[in-house]
Amino acid sequence: MQERLKELQEEAIQRIEQSASLKELNDIRVAYLGKKGPITEVLRGMGKLSAEERPVMGALANEVREAIAVKLETKQKGLEEAAVLEKLASESIDVTLPGRPVKVGNHHPLTRIIEEIEDLFIGMGYQVAEGPEVEQDYYNFEALNLPKGHPARDMQDSFYITDEILMRTHTSPVQARTMEKHQGKGPIKIICPGKVYRRDNDDATHSHQFMQIEGLVVGENIRMSDLKGTLEIFAKKMFGEDREIRLRPSFFPFTEPSVEMDISCKICGGKGCSVCKQTGWIEILGAGMVHPNVLEMAGYDSKKYTGFAFGMGPERIAMLKYGVDDIRHFYTNDVRFLKQFSKHE
Amino acid sequence: MFVSYKWLEDYIDLTGVTAAELAEKITKSGIEVEGVEILNEGIKGVVVGHVLERVQHPNADKLSKCLVDVGEDQPVQIICGAPNVAQGQKVAVAKAGAVLPGNFKIKRAKLRGEESNGMICSLTELGMEGKVVPKEYSEGIFVFPADAEVGVDALALLNRDDEVLELSLTPNRADCLSMLGVAYEVAAILGREVKLPETNLEPAAEKASDYVKIVVEAKEDNPLYVAKLIKNVKIGPSPLWMQTRLMSAGIRPHNNVVDITNYILLEYGQPLHAFDYERLGSKEILVRRAVDGEKFITLDDTERTLTSEHLVITNGVEPVALAGVMGGANSEVSSDTTTVLLESAYFSGGTVRKASKDHGLRSEASARFEKGVDPKRVRAAGERAAYLMAMYAGGEVLEGAAEADTLTIEPAVVSITLEKINRVLGTELVMADVKDIFNRLQFPVSIEGDLITVTAPTRRGDIRIEEDLVEEVARLYGYDNIPMTLPIGSSTPGNLSDYQKKRREVRQYLEGAGLYQAVTYSLTSEDKATQFALEQRDTIRLAMPMSEERSVLRLSIMPQLLEVLKYNSARQNDSLAVYETGAVFLANGVDSLPVEKEHLAGAITGLMLNNSWQGEKKAVDFYVVKGILEGMFAKLGLTERVQYVQAQVEGMHPGRTAEILLGSEKIGFVGQVHPNVQKELDLKDTYVFELSLKAVLEANAPVLQYEAIPRFPSITRDIALVVNRETVSGTLREIILTAGAPLLKEVHVFDLYEGDKMEEGKKSIAFSLKYLAPERTLTDEEVTKVHERVLDALKEKAGAVLRG
Ligand SMILES: [Zn+2]
Repeated sequence: MQERLKELQEEAIQRIEQSASLKELNDIRVAYLGKKGPITEVLRGMGKLSAEERPVMGALANEVREAIAVKLETKQKGLEEAAVLEKLASESIDVTLPGRPVKVGNHHPLTRIIEEIEDLFIGMGYQVAEGPEVEQDYYNFEALNLPKGHPARDMQDSFYITDEILMRTHTSPVQARTMEKHQGKGPIKIICPGKVYRRDNDDATHSHQFMQIEGLVVGENIRMSDLKGTLEIFAKKMFGEDREIRLRPSFFPFTEPSVEMDISCKICGGKGCSVCKQTGWIEILGAGMVHPNVLEMAGYDSKKYTGFAFGMGPERIAMLKYGVDDIRHFYTNDVRFLKQFSKHE
Repeated sequence: MFVSYKWLEDYIDLTGVTAAELAEKITKSGIEVEGVEILNEGIKGVVVGHVLERVQHPNADKLSKCLVDVGEDQPVQIICGAPNVAQGQKVAVAKAGAVLPGNFKIKRAKLRGEESNGMICSLTELGMEGKVVPKEYSEGIFVFPADAEVGVDALALLNRDDEVLELSLTPNRADCLSMLGVAYEVAAILGREVKLPETNLEPAAEKASDYVKIVVEAKEDNPLYVAKLIKNVKIGPSPLWMQTRLMSAGIRPHNNVVDITNYILLEYGQPLHAFDYERLGSKEILVRRAVDGEKFITLDDTERTLTSEHLVITNGVEPVALAGVMGGANSEVSSDTTTVLLESAYFSGGTVRKASKDHGLRSEASARFEKGVDPKRVRAAGERAAYLMAMYAGGEVLEGAAEADTLTIEPAVVSITLEKINRVLGTELVMADVKDIFNRLQFPVSIEGDLITVTAPTRRGDIRIEEDLVEEVARLYGYDNIPMTLPIGSSTPGNLSDYQKKRREVRQYLEGAGLYQAVTYSLTSEDKATQFALEQRDTIRLAMPMSEERSVLRLSIMPQLLEVLKYNSARQNDSLAVYETGAVFLANGVDSLPVEKEHLAGAITGLMLNNSWQGEKKAVDFYVVKGILEGMFAKLGLTERVQYVQAQVEGMHPGRTAEILLGSEKIGFVGQVHPNVQKELDLKDTYVFELSLKAVLEANAPVLQYEAIPRFPSITRDIALVVNRETVSGTLREIILTAGAPLLKEVHVFDLYEGDKMEEGKKSIAFSLKYLAPERTLTDEEVTKVHERVLDALKEKAGAVLRG
């Protein structure tokens, strides 16, 4: 009996070792350990044994079952692992094939520039003010110290709809409206982006519709030096920390004194090149101290309040920043142009 | 304004300051110098030559063979093609080895078999613009006066050894439309003196006032009229130096009298006019407004019809000049003029602007009157012109002038405190700094304590208020020297409004969904303006459009976006998604501003998905675009309030278009562009939407409140219904939601079948219904009860039966 059990153990272990599939293994399990298996059969014959031999044989039979079970388990694990490896091997793919494209659009370059400028000034405590694109002559000109018949109105040939209503030629009327709304009280700190219109023929450098961003600060002690400091922060954040600024006197009817701001040319580092017309400087914006007539017309006491204002063209800034050579690109909306402005800088 | 450096030296010492340095200084202190032109740049080897002999070229009809003395041992032979070359002339000769503009090198050559050792030059060949070359030399070579010295540098004689600064003047600095004005500006910058031009003459026996009487009726338009009389004038060319100065400033020389008036225009900024006294036919100058319909022939031989808004100079009867704009053909100076009546007057800017605009006659003269001339220079300019006519036209200047003068000159007196200057600029200037600046400007100044009182000279009409003085101080002190600070005092919060924030979110969302942002024009054609408009209104038209294409304000964005698709489609980009946010303009009565509404429009054409190697392709369809909108409304918290209703919109597919309702308000539409329109634009299937972004962004989203995550399981029941084909899912959904409340939490369509297994006119639509009670586990019986109610309602209200 003892020998029969040993025999069975050896036989089973040999068959387990030779088995090649999980199914085969399962058959072996059923064959040796099942209720109708040979070990069970051997145990049935235990009745014939003496009371001393019975527990010994019982223990031995359990030992043999245990040994086969352990072997089965080990072999099963081995086979399973092999199966997984085989499956993985068959699943291998070409990782160099392109991924499934995700269609994503992006901001128009002018929006990108405008939002960048907005955020920069929001960080300095400004609010974003907007106003109508069709304006009254009063807000577009008269409230800005440009009475009817003023020679500087020549500088801005405008799209009139009636004698009193026109397409705004700058975003300055938003400033006039904001000041009027504040009823002579400060402080005001706003930035005004928007579309403006002039009677120009469209060509590489002119567009009858374009964008403008203007800023206005009014308060009790606003100085020219504050304007200079503000513009310097703007220029360095927008164009790079290494850029210098300079102010040149200029003339705008709504500011006095008036200046234009240049930044040092990035291309030549100030030595002079074709981009900066050999001057080393590039004109970026116009600015100045708010003209007392403008303050007074909006209800401010110009003895008490002062202010500064500045204005710039997002197209010009985009053209300088990204090297765009024709203003018409911004309004043609060629996707080959638009999609170039998706990346972070 | 073109400023010759050499000419400027007549009025101010420029020692130690080159033209380029001067340009930089002028720019930095307020007047932009756009460029400095070196007149003789790239030219060398051009001398004065004497044509000793000229004969016909033996082998060429149009060429001359000349023997020219160029100041060397032997005269040289030069072949010349100019028709006006003649023996005895003094001419400009580019010798062999010379270089002309454009790096044109002159070499010894044989022309039709004859040797040529150089070239006789025209002024354009020497780099001058054709429009300033005197008419008699415009078709040929230039001829120097007979006394020109042979062999000297011809360019020096032509004053081309000079540099010209081009000033870009802002409207407030009309004072620098004259050499004297520029001299004062440069004097202030350099801190040097201005030397005034010579005007003194020996007094003559006869008086101008015996020859003419001046009567001004229109005193407001013409408060000062001065007439000088110059007898025995001999008309001829003006001296070469004057001609060259005029040419450098962009003015073509004519004859000595006309050139002198133009020279004074440049020197004093005062326009003058010379009449032929004999041809005036009277001893009277009467200045008056024209009569409506009055005719007048100007010296360009054009008949002008005048109105009572135009000011005319008359001989007492008929006009002889359109004041400040142009003289008459009837009194023009000609080669036989002997007595000149020289007008120097102050005309008001408005009068001159009106006349020059109405007749399209803008000139150097009218521009100066329009911007305002210096009233104190009117007499001086006349005196100086008369002096030059005596010097260079052989004239005899009569004593005094005939005048009509009602002009009161009140120089502006402006006071400011030192404290205010420093407060506005953020500087710490002391009184001496400020005083020095006004001294350099030659502005009379008096100081009492902290108060500075400045009398503005009449040449600087732009100085009127305190801030003008601040600007003078700032620009001459130098903007570079102003410190950099930031505003102090009460701070303001910097932020975007809710509207602006949401607009940015909408843009981000749409871009994330694959749409590119476009920016198109607000102005469009009459036709396009109203296409796809949400609200039909009268169009708003520009009074003076530049083209029909851009003449009317848009009422919708869609036509422009379709143009964008068309443009890109024609360039091999026929799968594209774009959107735009921008104003549309709704007329609101002729005298009121239009209502501006911000719209959002989107357009998608071609393939939404195109994964080439995996073979997946999906064209855009209605539900793609609707899905994009649904996502946007969900983001804005408006899902529950938005509805889509089948609708007819012109230009859209009649069966694939929905109106979008927000609450009960119609805010836009979504759908497929009508196939005919697609075909016209050569587009693939194109789906679009346009809606009032204003309505969407101004709608209040529900307050965002956390909702407990369900702790109890839900029960889902799926049903497949058979309904008539016309029955829309939205109706069924409404019925289900109403009947299933409150346990029914969600319902969605998961299948649609319209195939041939269905009975004619029927379709099958399947819904998944999710029941949930937040506080307990639902029992099957409970759900079944509600579910039956739902099925009953569907049957009763929509004739829907469960699919067997
Ligand atoms: Zn440069």
